[in-house]
Amino acid sequence: MWPGIRSFRQRRYQMTSNRSWTPYLLILPSVAFLALLFVAPLVQTIWLALSENGAPSLANMRTMVNDLNFVPSLRNTFLLALAVVPVQVAIALAMGTLVAKIGAGRETILWIWTIPLGISDLAAGMVWLAILQNTGYLNSLLFGLGLIERQTAWLTYQTPVALFVGIAVAEIWRGTAIVMVIIVAGLNQVPREYREAAEIFGAGPWTRFWRITLPLIRPALQSALILRTVLAFEVFAVVYALGGRNFPVLVGEAYTWQNQNQNYGVAGAYAVLIMVISLAATVVYLKAIKVDPERLP
Amino acid sequence: MSAASATPANFPSSRRWLVWSGIAALCAWVLVPIYLVALGALGGRQGVYQWPKTGLPTGISIEPFLLFLRSEGVTQSFLNSLGAAGITVVLSIALGAPAGYALARYSFVGKDSYRLLVLLTRAFPLAILALPLTVSFIRLGLYDTVYGVGLIHTVLALPFAALVTQGIFLGVPRELEEAAWIFGCSRVQAFFKVVVPLAMPGIVATAVFAFVISWNEVFAASVLTVRNRTLTAYLLTVLSESPMHFRFAGGLLLILPSVVFIFAVRRYLFAIWGISSK
Repeated sequence: MWPGIRSFRQRRYQMTSNRSWTPYLLILPSVAFLALLFVAPLVQTIWLALSENGAPSLANMRTMVNDLNFVPSLRNTFLLALAVVPVQVAIALAMGTLVAKIGAGRETILWIWTIPLGISDLAAGMVWLAILQNTGYLNSLLFGLGLIERQTAWLTYQTPVALFVGIAVAEIWRGTAIVMVIIVAGLNQVPREYREAAEIFGAGPWTRFWRITLPLIRPALQSALILRTVLAFEVFAVVYALGGRNFPVLVGEAYTWQNQNQNYGVAGAYAVLIMVISLAATVVYLKAIKVDPERLP
Repeated sequence: MSAASATPANFPSSRRWLVWSGIAALCAWVLVPIYLVALGALGGRQGVYQWPKTGLPTGISIEPFLLFLRSEGVTQSFLNSLGAAGITVVLSIALGAPAGYALARYSFVGKDSYRLLVLLTRAFPLAILALPLTVSFIRLGLYDTVYGVGLIHTVLALPFAALVTQGIFLGVPRELEEAAWIFGCSRVQAFFKVVVPLAMPGIVATAVFAFVISWNEVFAASVLTVRNRTLTAYLLTVLSESPMHFRFAGGLLLILPSVVFIFAVRRYLFAIWGISSK
């Protein structure tokens, strides 16, 4: 670990004497890059979605809304985000709490828990396909326990609930690591004395968790929630790997309109919708979880 | 839990047991699925149709996995993925580290706006931006190339690199740099002789993250390529027509490099995310 990482908040003195163009020169390349490949395509996407043959039009939006898969994909994406994000936060908090109670072996356990951080959603889909396919390990286990008579299909359009649960489990399996890393990083910054003081004054573990720890890791919780929710609305490859097109989601529809139907306008409309939802979610989190910089440890 | 810890002195062993069984269950939750997909990848065609499965490593060999590696398109897409990830690493460090240094060492008008721009990228599903880029990339000759994929992946990795390197440079004491100036180093010399060696481990960790971000990205890579597919894009397109054991082998091939990389930077993970989530 590099020196003084914990105290840099306090040591934020700067070379104020030097009012030159140096800092601008240093940030210029990244600003130019982001302008070209972030801001410009952003504006382009909005224009693509809201125009037709070079004139402003809602035709693409109408095509999107009237598409047979629109309502299911919107519903599925929202349900998935609602099911997945809270469970990920809960598991991450449990991981953070558990790992705080042990000394030896802490590093190894944290490494194991962070492994899914390096796994793509496509790979996660394939991993859970090995478990959930007809001759897979779930069916073998259920058969061994005598719960099913023969191989059962879980991932077809006739079993929407099982397919939904399978996709949610795969997403929880993969996406919890990032929440855990952010939350453990937040927990590491909570001074021990706070909890010890609460303990001396007779606060039980639940009270300590809800009244001391949770309020103090608000910033970490907030950024974990924003990151995970934006990613949850981008869900695509894990769905495709497990259910093919049996489970439409928003990004999957954007992909189909772009690559199969070659209709960039409707794909753009989906993209704009996803962006609006992500931004709205971010604003909600920023408002709902107030972070008071004065009270941070 | 609450009952046990109300009188912690009386139940230390049962509480310990509870903590460790929780930890073991969560470790199994992470590791067992990876073990099972590895069995699938090494079991070949017979392995897929074996019923009921035992979950024991019987009848496995490296042959089916090698067969997958030799099948058409796999090696090329693997190399394409490496290429795109390499471009992402170089660009995001080359563009992000100077910005991080500027944020750490200077105060300037527009600093907050710049930070806002960087943080704003986080609220957007960035890979979606590949959609309109298709047209401009075709015009520029970047469509269906590793360079085009590397560029869009840099958009994903650059904000992260700028924020994390800011934290890393803040962690290098400014006094050391000033001492180097006093001893006659120019600003540039001081940076390369004093700051860079101290910041190197953190920068390498940032680079590894940029690599993993690019390596795992599916959507933008699939939209922007047709023949020169990255590994994720290739696997996504052949998914529906490939046999089960090839899908498992593909999953394993995707997982292996990132697991190794995460292992390599495990000591920096929490410091990096502590910084970047501020």
